[in-house]
Amino acid sequence: MDFSQIIPALPDLMDGMWLTLKLMVMAVVGGVVLGTVLALLRLSSNPVLSGLAKAYVNIFRSVPLLLVIIWFYLAVPMLLNWITGEFVAVGAFTSCLVAFMMFEAAYYCEIVRAGIQSIAKGQVNAAYALGMTYGQAMRLVVLPQAFRKMMPLLLQQSIILFQDTSLVYAVGLMDFLSSARSRGDILGLPHEFLLFAGLIYFVVSFAASRGVKHLQKRLAV
Amino acid sequence: MNYNWDWNIFFKSTGIGNEIYLDWYITGLGWTLALALAAWLVALLLGGLLGVMRTLPNKWLSGIATCYVELFRNVPLLVQLFIWYFVVPDYLPESVQIWFKQDLNPAVSAYISVVVCLGLFTAARVCEQVRTGIQALPKGQSNAAQAVGFTVAQSYRYVLLPQAFRVVIPPLTSEFLNVFKNSSVASLIGLMEILAQAKQTAEFSANIFEAFTLATLIYFTLNMSIMKVMSIVEKRVRIPGLMVEGGK
Repeated sequence: MDFSQIIPALPDLMDGMWLTLKLMVMAVVGGVVLGTVLALLRLSSNPVLSGLAKAYVNIFRSVPLLLVIIWFYLAVPMLLNWITGEFVAVGAFTSCLVAFMMFEAAYYCEIVRAGIQSIAKGQVNAAYALGMTYGQAMRLVVLPQAFRKMMPLLLQQSIILFQDTSLVYAVGLMDFLSSARSRGDILGLPHEFLLFAGLIYFVVSFAASRGVKHLQKRLAV
Repeated sequence: MNYNWDWNIFFKSTGIGNEIYLDWYITGLGWTLALALAAWLVALLLGGLLGVMRTLPNKWLSGIATCYVELFRNVPLLVQLFIWYFVVPDYLPESVQIWFKQDLNPAVSAYISVVVCLGLFTAARVCEQVRTGIQALPKGQSNAAQAVGFTVAQSYRYVLLPQAFRVVIPPLTSEFLNVFKNSSVASLIGLMEILAQAKQTAEFSANIFEAFTLATLIYFTLNMSIMKVMSIVEKRVRIPGLMVEGGK
């Protein structure tokens, strides 16, 4: 075992980590936004809308993320091609980002739905009594409280997402794991680089979940 | 661009022997089931043991279980798989190494790696569910067990575990479903389970949409049927009056 070779390779690994983090942050933001919309649809009184949202969540929650990543990698360029009629080059990054956003939205939807349902009915009634519209009541009264309540769960899910980004290895995107693997192979030290990658994932996830636990205690009313 | 939709593709010859594409999916389903069930057995036994350890009064035992959970939960599954498949075999005793790398069929050695990896990975999650289940029981239960003179082992054997295992059925069901989904990472080390078969079908036939739609349907059906079966099991074993309807 020779870990000294990792130091000169750090800039390359940082590039990989940068891609991992970029993918994660964009997927979390997109996933939460889409998940919130889905949650509102699921709770809507219109049976068609809530049925569609329910089907979306059920389908995405019953298939592996890896399947979705590969599906989208192959399908997104084709779909765009059909829609626009011309050949559009979609990078692996974009197709992975779309896959993560749509997949995670199903999980975020369930968290947000539980969060909204945990807000006392009186809050909504009070908002309506003040003459607010549905949009205003959600935006100004319900969602701010719900998000505060579900923040720990959303962050926990985001830590899982951080770990799951390593699956982009399947489509050859140079994330942290892939760059560690390729560096290790080039230098003939695959074991060392792999273990190092595992260590970094561990440190980041462990520290982050400690932080979430701390936050949970602080947010608890 | 022209895309030739052809939903009959699954009944067409693959060009290899006299197999049709559907045969590939059946083989794939077989591997997925074999992976998930074996890994689940490992996860349930080890996770149950660790879950009990975490609730024990002994600091050492609960500390070991906590470390295990933190380690296996904070490293991505794919990294763990690569470690089990590429790194660990090199540190086995010489004779085992030769057996694992040369004598065994490559598919079997990949299978063993995935089962070990997925089993230990899932055990950490099962442990947390079992712990939560035990801790959710009213304190009076273990006090009562002590009061009638049970040892710690007896109180777990006769009082706590029989109740806890019923409480944890719903969360364990979702972990069981996760094992099936997670088993798809096996495709990345060349094991031909469902996802790998779908990928191969897409490459051979160029019917990408059909190939992946069938894989999606298989996973979806698998998921739905397991959920149905587990909800029946849950109703069967429920203790009347102890748990709220729906098991939550």
